[in-house]
Amino acid sequence: MARAHSPRRMLITTIAAWGVALLIFFPVLWMILTSFKTEASAVASPPQLFTADWTTENYAEVWARSDYPRFFWNSVVISVGSTLLGLALAIPAAWSMAFVPGRRTKDLLMWMLSTKMMPAVAVMVPLYLVFQKTGLFDTRIGLVLALMLMNLPIIVWMLYTYFKEIPGEILEAARMDGASLWNEIVHVLTPMAVPGIASTLLLNVILAWNEAFWTITLTTVRAAPLSAFIASFSAPQGLFYAKLSAASAMAIAPILILGWFSQKQLVRGLTFGAVK
Amino acid sequence: MATQSSRLAARLMVAPSVFVLFVWMAVPLAMTLYYSFRLYRLLSPDRSGWVGFTNYLWFFRSPDFWQAIANTLALVGGVLALTIVFGILIALLIDQPVKGQGVLRILVIAPFFVMPPVAASIWENLFMHPQNGLFAALARGLGAEPILFLESYPMMSVIGIVAWEWLPFATLILLTALQSLSPEQLEAAEMDGAGAFGRFRYIILPHLTRAITVVILIQTIFLLGIFGEIFTTTQGGPGSASTTLPYMIFKQAIVAKDIGRAAAGGIIAVILANIIAYFLMRGIGRHLDS
Repeated sequence: MARAHSPRRMLITTIAAWGVALLIFFPVLWMILTSFKTEASAVASPPQLFTADWTTENYAEVWARSDYPRFFWNSVVISVGSTLLGLALAIPAAWSMAFVPGRRTKDLLMWMLSTKMMPAVAVMVPLYLVFQKTGLFDTRIGLVLALMLMNLPIIVWMLYTYFKEIPGEILEAARMDGASLWNEIVHVLTPMAVPGIASTLLLNVILAWNEAFWTITLTTVRAAPLSAFIASFSAPQGLFYAKLSAASAMAIAPILILGWFSQKQLVRGLTFGAVK
Repeated sequence: MATQSSRLAARLMVAPSVFVLFVWMAVPLAMTLYYSFRLYRLLSPDRSGWVGFTNYLWFFRSPDFWQAIANTLALVGGVLALTIVFGILIALLIDQPVKGQGVLRILVIAPFFVMPPVAASIWENLFMHPQNGLFAALARGLGAEPILFLESYPMMSVIGIVAWEWLPFATLILLTALQSLSPEQLEAAEMDGAGAFGRFRYIILPHLTRAITVVILIQTIFLLGIFGEIFTTTQGGPGSASTTLPYMIFKQAIVAKDIGRAAAGGIIAVILANIIAYFLMRGIGRHLDS
């Protein structure tokens, strides 16, 4: 709802909007700044926004003290794996829900979402035991399955919303024009569905990357992702703010960078496809 | 256009998702239900057996339980209120023509990229810490006593942290909805003499109803299970001041090692979630169709 505004008003709203945005972003910024300080200047009083003796030593030390590449790789495998597996199950489901809806389709969707309302803690012990018994405990495949199931309702729901935007008439028109089923899928459907699938993929990779309950309770060492890495750093408090900040930055950096480069799809995905 | 066979094919395409979700829900739920009627303590494994509703009664008789329910509702309600109110204000602000909208948007959604343990530890250590936190430094600079956020106002602090994490989501949904509002409608109202508040109350707010519904629905789903933020910051304390139902269950399972009680708490949590889901669907579900 852009309307004509005077330059003066634009200046004021620009300043206000940037002020608010920086305020929201400030905790992340402060963490990044702190990660480049020495431990002494990290807790200096009064606090220093910028420090004269900035250093990358914190990163070096966190890197040396922990097996960051392993945690990182586990995070990648688990978040991407669970999302791809979820998409493989959800695409046919959402497709048929959107194009061949039955009387119970809406109820089915709501039931799927409602499975997410069950607090994870409530079923922690049984799931822990099942994972122990089946050998899935502390394995990447176990976490891929758990997080896939956790996010599946969201994936189905988002895809359903996107697919429903694709008008069925276009498909029919293509068929009338003599397009084969193959052509219909490859040249007509896919181009229209890809943006929605991309947004769904991005959002669910982030949700899985940031998941910090099952990834911590169902792993010990081998399959532990970055959420467990950071949990091991935040236990003791006090005089190592800089290292804690460096470890935090290392845990969220991959997702921040991914978000930066895929802003458009991500912004679309972040709305869960629920508003246009 | 759907024939009998295509309907069958469609049902078959939905079946795998429904099946795995059903197993994922039903198996742990059945096990939890079973344990909730059993005496099952990891510290005394030789004693076991059926105990009826004893585990449930323990919760209902515990003063902490009602506090935990109140805290859980306060967390969900508080975060929803904060994110929706501030989300609307921020969306209205950045919907205006401003310079650098792209970068602005990235800054606003950044908290969503921060995993809960990191968010909680940033706030706990870098901001709320009574000696080294930035808030304490600010207070000292103003000549005031530092506020003991996590000790004196644990629940409010947790709500604040979680609201910061979810603000980007609410803002973005509301902003997207706002951008689909036609400027003509607003101009017409302005010409009819509607003031800024009138335009907001009678045009913008009704237009946002569906978006607000989505925010409430999705956030409630995630907020009911909030755990990591409390675990990292207050551990449910001081005392049980910031213990929510999920955290109380966690304490029974991990600290007291009483699996039977934890399971009973789990079933109570599931019932509570269902009650909330029922009222949500009743109250706002109809806004979803449009």
